[in-house]
Amino acid sequence: MSGWLAFLLPWEFSPLALVLALGAAVAFVRGARRAPPGQAVGVARRIGFFSGLTLLYFVMQTHYDYLSQHMFYIHRLQHLVLHHAGPFLIALAQPQAVIARGLPARLHDRVLSPAWHHPLVQGGYRLLQNWFVAPILFVGLIYLWLTPEVHFYAMLSGPLYHVMNWSMLLDGLLFWFLMLDPRSKAQGALLSLGPRIGLLLAAAVPQIALGAHIALASHDLYGVYGVCGRAWDISPLEDQQLGGLVTWIPAAMMHAVGTLVVLSYWMRSK
Amino acid sequence: MKPHRAWLLALGLLLAACGGGQGWHLKNVTGVVPDLEFRLTDDSGRKVSAADYRGQAVMLFFGYTNCPDVCPTTLSKLAAAMRQMGEAAQHVRVLLVTVDPKRDTLEVLHRYVRAFGPGIAGLRGSQAELQALAKRYRISYSYGEPDASGDYVVTHSSAVFVFDAQGKARLMVLPNDGDKAIAEDLERLVAG
Repeated sequence: MSGWLAFLLPWEFSPLALVLALGAAVAFVRGARRAPPGQAVGVARRIGFFSGLTLLYFVMQTHYDYLSQHMFYIHRLQHLVLHHAGPFLIALAQPQAVIARGLPARLHDRVLSPAWHHPLVQGGYRLLQNWFVAPILFVGLIYLWLTPEVHFYAMLSGPLYHVMNWSMLLDGLLFWFLMLDPRSKAQGALLSLGPRIGLLLAAAVPQIALGAHIALASHDLYGVYGVCGRAWDISPLEDQQLGGLVTWIPAAMMHAVGTLVVLSYWMRSK
Repeated sequence: MKPHRAWLLALGLLLAACGGGQGWHLKNVTGVVPDLEFRLTDDSGRKVSAADYRGQAVMLFFGYTNCPDVCPTTLSKLAAAMRQMGEAAQHVRVLLVTVDPKRDTLEVLHRYVRAFGPGIAGLRGSQAELQALAKRYRISYSYGEPDASGDYVVTHSSAVFVFDAQGKARLMVLPNDGDKAIAEDLERLVAG
């Protein structure tokens, strides 16, 4: 029991992660209680939000993070949560309005709301959420951090490791909030439902290619795990094959599920 | 580290990754790996810290004396590189930190490192000191199940971190690097 409790403590404590996770959780609960009649937050949305948040916290702020630093396939599972599963579940729950309602009024009215509506922030957001830029950024980050040379330094340098993980999380949130917006373009979404289906399917293809390339490679692509030591005894190629499969199959499945979700929005809008 | 400094470092590293390692044979890790810092006991029983090795280039390596393959191979390679350096080797120290302090007493460690040649010291610490050092350099070690006679395997990092005379991390020896490459880079490093 004490072993498990120790496992749940942070490996590298991040005050920012703790404040953001706790703040989002408390604001969501408060916002849900204050929901106006007819806008009650259903059980499915609560489950989606909290499971996404818990998953993200678990992979970043427990000893799971230690294992991610010393085993390639555990690292790939961590990025599957940071870039796909966690943000997917949170975006599916559409918590923005609930959280905004649950924030302290002064923080919301004087700081966050003016900052969000600032022309520079809005301009930057629309640029990143452009139909062309968003999927390239999404796939590009996966390719960037999996470039063997870059990966080596990211696993050796503490600051660079955290830049890698935070960039995956932020981009995951951007991408899935863009893709899983239940509104049509006429109702205010940034992209129409039809093109989103095409982008979701197109973005899966390079991930399948990269995952297959890694899983089927006959030599060790990511030597840094051998150099720094694996978390337990497993052959480098076995570790790499598992990591390649994680990059390949569950990631592609998330895109298929995302496509089904957008299709259901589209059918509802008809 | 402040967030904006981390982003700048990331950008710098990406550029460095694209631009190559500035002519070193070994992997350039300047600015990536933290400076040399530890408090351990050396194989003669002396309490030592990084400050005791200022003025010398240090090759820091993790291993254990019962290690079947990686450690003896690496130590022989580093010793061969030191021999090739001749006089310049006086300015280099190899530090083997044992990841198995239970079996590697100071005496065992002393006999082991002496067998590989001069300029090599064995360092030993408590589990807490060892864990702190492993975390600092982002390396790992773990113990396998003991067999019938109580022997066990230690899975550990094969990294050799190279620090300059000021204790700044500069290079890393990877498993495929030969003794000639190590000798040439170390000569260049101690020459300043």
